[in-house]
Amino acid sequence: MLQTVIEAKQSNAAAARDIHLAAWRFMLLARMLDDKLAAVWRAGKMHGGVFLSRGQEALSVSVGLSLNKGDVFAPLIRDAAGRLAFGESILDAVRTYLGSALGPMRGRDGNVHRGRPREGLLPMISHLGAMISVVNGVLFARRLKNVSGTVGAACVGDGATSTGAFHEALNQAAVEKLPLVLVVADNQYAYSTPTSRQFACAHLADKAQGYGVQGHAVDGTDLTACLKTVGQAVARARDGRGPQLVVASLLRLCGHGEHDDAGYVDPKLKQSPLGRDCLKVAEEKILREKWADASQLAAWREEVVREIEESVAQVQREPAPDPFAEEWRAISTGHLSEGHEAEH
Amino acid sequence: MSITYLDAIREAQARALRDDPRVFIYGQDVGAFGGAFKATKNLAREFPGRVLDAPISEDAIVGLAVGAAIEGMRPIIEMQFADFSTTGFNQIVNQAATLYWRTNVPCPITLRLPVGGTSGSGPFHSQCMEAVYAHYPGLIVLTPATVEDAYSMLLEAVALDDPVIFCEHKLLYRHLKAEQLPGEALPVGRARIAREGRDLTMVAYSAMVHEALEAARELSAEGWEIEVVDLRSVKPLDTDTVVASVARTGRLLCVGEAWPWGGVTAEIVSRVSSEGYGLLDAPPQRLNARDTPVPYHPNLWAAHRPTARSVAAAARNLLRQ
Repeated sequence: MLQTVIEAKQSNAAAARDIHLAAWRFMLLARMLDDKLAAVWRAGKMHGGVFLSRGQEALSVSVGLSLNKGDVFAPLIRDAAGRLAFGESILDAVRTYLGSALGPMRGRDGNVHRGRPREGLLPMISHLGAMISVVNGVLFARRLKNVSGTVGAACVGDGATSTGAFHEALNQAAVEKLPLVLVVADNQYAYSTPTSRQFACAHLADKAQGYGVQGHAVDGTDLTACLKTVGQAVARARDGRGPQLVVASLLRLCGHGEHDDAGYVDPKLKQSPLGRDCLKVAEEKILREKWADASQLAAWREEVVREIEESVAQVQREPAPDPFAEEWRAISTGHLSEGHEAEH
Repeated sequence: MSITYLDAIREAQARALRDDPRVFIYGQDVGAFGGAFKATKNLAREFPGRVLDAPISEDAIVGLAVGAAIEGMRPIIEMQFADFSTTGFNQIVNQAATLYWRTNVPCPITLRLPVGGTSGSGPFHSQCMEAVYAHYPGLIVLTPATVEDAYSMLLEAVALDDPVIFCEHKLLYRHLKAEQLPGEALPVGRARIAREGRDLTMVAYSAMVHEALEAARELSAEGWEIEVVDLRSVKPLDTDTVVASVARTGRLLCVGEAWPWGGVTAEIVSRVSSEGYGLLDAPPQRLNARDTPVPYHPNLWAAHRPTARSVAAAARNLLRQ
């Protein structure tokens, strides 16, 4: 009996080690990829904006790791880690940022607006609250098709909780008891607007009760807590217990995009526990638990950097989209496409 | 047997549900109640679990349809009134309309919009939205004017791989009757010559086809032969049929129930002017509703929209030129 308990504890400890190491590696990959993309942007080699995930990797990776193949994921703009953990390739990210014709969006859409709907990764429109009901739709369709056991995760920020689309979609999911996990990264600012100008409830998780769904609050700077809470929420949804609202408190450790110096962020927040860098917090935990030593982490870091450099170098050599080869057709039914304007 | 425009819409949905397991209907009051206009009457009973009431959430209703389409379904959405589609506008024009272009994944959803004025309906239950949606790339916009088209075009809308805005006119729901449902039909994208003539081409769509036909009958008593083109679909727009008609008549009058600024009638005048300038014997004209919200009182409403009388008057002016 004692032996069984010890073995169970050992296997739990091994599982905890494995998931933390996997998570940390995706978080690091996301952070390094962000840094590289920001550098490419600063060098003037990229059109449009760059939107970094800095400070949100622990929450994001927890979502990605909690989902299975076959689940649905509608990420927000700071979900680089979650995307990678869900299975998105580095190349998809780099190609979309650089507008490569070989990327999933083929230069027609860019940066964080990317995905592969058929593989369960939904490409966001900018009106982020609008993605939640699309996830509902996939889950609803699966119910009609008698497909069970999958869940859908939609991620938004504190700003999106003020949209009508958020309200309509969460209510809809609750009415239909869909296996939706709605993750709110309360990162204290929607662009420059502080939460005091965004909502008046004590905690966004309190909203869950009004919708008749389960609410969860978590410290978004703590990987261990995020893995546990998000994992539980996903498990509950998968178990048929209806929509789950997860609200993580954290601080965006960058501007809205690289064009934004975030001078409006209250210095007191940066000094508070919310301002901790979740990547460092996770790294310290790994070292403290002796799940890996500093030299192993350094070796992984080198590996990750090499992987990113190779991807960016490859994509920079790829063809840009050609306006003369472009089909300029917005509907799939070719013979119904309006050729009127396309003739010149 | 007599079948109304509304019956045709109900029967087309029943057939789509029967023939294709991917089809489901989602919208406000469409379930046991059968819809505000009874366009889904008894369908919830005949097709259990596939005709579902939605909360009053147009944004989430359309969003859900897009997600279901991604998952391979073919949702039919009933917007209770076209006017209410404005609260689902973002999902329609930014989500549904952009999906194929952005991702190569088609978005086969059908949005049924009960459009147009009826006496006493006022500013928020009377609007014609076709021009607004036709403006956005990625959408197909259909405007059936007959019982036969209501049936065949709705079936085609469901079968198409693209998002379709299906504008069904409320005034036609119960007034328009046919003997039977059509076996064959013109495909979407082709206009129809509703009446042949040689003196003037009237281009109309939806309920305005019937005002144009009535005006043509009135003018025929005065010796004029008016050709009436029923556009059937406003996007795509069958420019060829319109230009060919103008080639026969030399005169163009476009009639639309929507507001005058921009829109379908302006688009037709623009196309005919640039593609068929030499065919015109007189400046092309158009007649629309007045540039105000749709009024409530029948006297005001009747004077707000084009009617057979005002269409005939506009045609007489054009024929004198």
